[in-house]
Amino acid sequence: MTAPSVAESGGGSILEPTPTPSDRRQGPINRLWQQVKQAQGFSKWLLWVGAAITVIFVVLAVFAPLIAPYGFDQYTSGGVRFPKQAAPGGSHWFGTNVRSVDVLSVVIYGSRTAIEVVVLAVLFSLLVGVPLGMISGYYGGWLDRVLVLIMDALFAFPYLLLAIVIAFLLQDSVGSGVLTAAIAITVIYVPQYFRVVRGSVLSAREEPYVEAARALGARPRTIMGRYLFFNVIQSVPVIATLNAADAILTLAGLGFLGFGIQPTQAAEWGYELQRGVADMGAGLWWTSIFPGGAIVLLVTGLTLVGEGLNDVLNPVLRKRSGRPVVLPRRITRGPEENA
Amino acid sequence: MAVVAGSSGSLRRYALTRLALVIPMVLILLTLVFVLMRVAPGDPIQSALGGKLSPAQLAEKRHAAGFDKPMIVQYLEYLRQVVTFNFGRAITDNQPITTILRVNGAATLELTVSALVVALVIGVPVGLRAGRLRDSAFDGFGRLFGIVTYAAPVFFVGLIFQLVFSKWLDWLPNSGQLNPIDQAELPSHTHLSVIDAIWDRNGAAFSDSVKHLIMPALTLGLLLCGVVIRLIRTNIIQTLKGDYVEAARARGVPERRVVLRHAFRNALVPVVTVMGLQVALLLSGAVLTEETFNWPGIGNRLVSYLSNRDYVAVQGIITVFALAVVIISVLIDFVNAAIDPRVRY
Repeated sequence: MTAPSVAESGGGSILEPTPTPSDRRQGPINRLWQQVKQAQGFSKWLLWVGAAITVIFVVLAVFAPLIAPYGFDQYTSGGVRFPKQAAPGGSHWFGTNVRSVDVLSVVIYGSRTAIEVVVLAVLFSLLVGVPLGMISGYYGGWLDRVLVLIMDALFAFPYLLLAIVIAFLLQDSVGSGVLTAAIAITVIYVPQYFRVVRGSVLSAREEPYVEAARALGARPRTIMGRYLFFNVIQSVPVIATLNAADAILTLAGLGFLGFGIQPTQAAEWGYELQRGVADMGAGLWWTSIFPGGAIVLLVTGLTLVGEGLNDVLNPVLRKRSGRPVVLPRRITRGPEENA
Repeated sequence: MAVVAGSSGSLRRYALTRLALVIPMVLILLTLVFVLMRVAPGDPIQSALGGKLSPAQLAEKRHAAGFDKPMIVQYLEYLRQVVTFNFGRAITDNQPITTILRVNGAATLELTVSALVVALVIGVPVGLRAGRLRDSAFDGFGRLFGIVTYAAPVFFVGLIFQLVFSKWLDWLPNSGQLNPIDQAELPSHTHLSVIDAIWDRNGAAFSDSVKHLIMPALTLGLLLCGVVIRLIRTNIIQTLKGDYVEAARARGVPERRVVLRHAFRNALVPVVTVMGLQVALLLSGAVLTEETFNWPGIGNRLVSYLSNRDYVAVQGIITVFALAVVIISVLIDFVNAAIDPRVRY
């Protein structure tokens, strides 16, 4: 079972037998990959289309300075100011906006901002939410009760308002850049990881293997780190992907309301849309359609990946559990029908 | 009916337990709001009016508003405000917060309720069909529709509607709740413009208010629609796997009836629950929709008060948002307990 799967994911030299100890470390990721590979039909389609879109945006984000024709706040070139609100065409494929900035460059640099914020936000919420959930679920008691109440309160709060207030409060101390936006978004998503991880720990800590570890004298730290961690983070990839999608919308929402990243700091799609409201009334569609379209595409991509993963990993929705069985044809036909 | 009467004892006990659980939740939310508004750099008066008044006047204002008292006194004062539902007056424009909540809250209510109607009218049939015909082309389309409506930010959808229906086709007004003439003529009974127009039998104002409502309601409705489709689909798939569904089919119950009466009814409890949780999404979406369409709702006011750093107004509005979420989630739980006896404990 293990040997071929390790070889497949490692990229394939079968001649060199992989030592078994690494199997333990690779376990969860390997299992995830195996399940992803088993995806069929619509789920497979969702996963791959989503992954393709996401990869395109990641490439845009990483190589933004090489791909974008101009800087994210550049409004002159060679001493000549770009035309204001010029229609798409010529040297500005997506036109220019009210600040005379090239819209295509804004869209490309915007993907960099979006990905930076989202990666930071998801990382922060994982770093805070997962340990808190594990500790809360494992120890229980008053700490658990207090944490649950706080997290429930945060969860119930209209998320955008929470983000606005946090971003607003951080404006003076941290500034209005990527970090502020990431922290504001983190606060929204911590409760989700907390809930999911705590729930899994609650059921997993009664399992015989945890009890056995405890009987052997393992310290709580060891139990949580070695025995519980990989068993309770099964649903985290799905949540993380879906949260990443949601985080992009929240970031754009913050920008749209004027509490996000300021245009002097970085290009941000939501802010562009806010400026686009006035343009739309005058029929200048390109200043908002392109950044807005970028949001829709990236969020769709991430959601497709999340949905696909959910289809594959969620046992309630999963249709095929285990490997697809390939029966030898013809030979065993007769007896099989009787059984 | 007889069944309900018989089980009313346990329903009442459930209701009381649920209400008792609300108190710590509300307290924590209120404390959260209070702490958030107090960790802000500078005090509220300074931020809102600093630079406009002399230091002496500022100190006087500060004293009048009670911001020079110890934190714990301020906290208790805040709790008293919440209990008496009197949040004082906004610092910047001196309007009573309660008035803002009543007038602008009505506009938000009008928007959210109509958006909810839009979401259910589109979402339920699509979700049902998609769940029943799982993995068909329709299912794929339905899921994709759900994903795209979720992926498109409300304000972007709103902008596109404005471009198409207002700028290009010129069918609907671009923004606002009523045109200025109707606004001036229509007396406010309920602050809900559509209801007010019906109240006064004012045909022109009615059609005007409906026209103004269509785009915002559609915009916010589409956002929720994706959630509804996804929810109904997943739950229908699950309930259709139930033995009782198989049994109903075996008895020869028509498929339509199996889906609508046997599967859908049982799928409804989780749907109602999760829709209850979407209040937060609905309110967040409302803030963005109001901002896009310049709809005079409570979110619109909140954004402008935030920009003006009016902490008193912000605190009042956010408190009410938080309370609304709690109240609605309790109501949803009661509805669920009434529908499904298994929910009560």
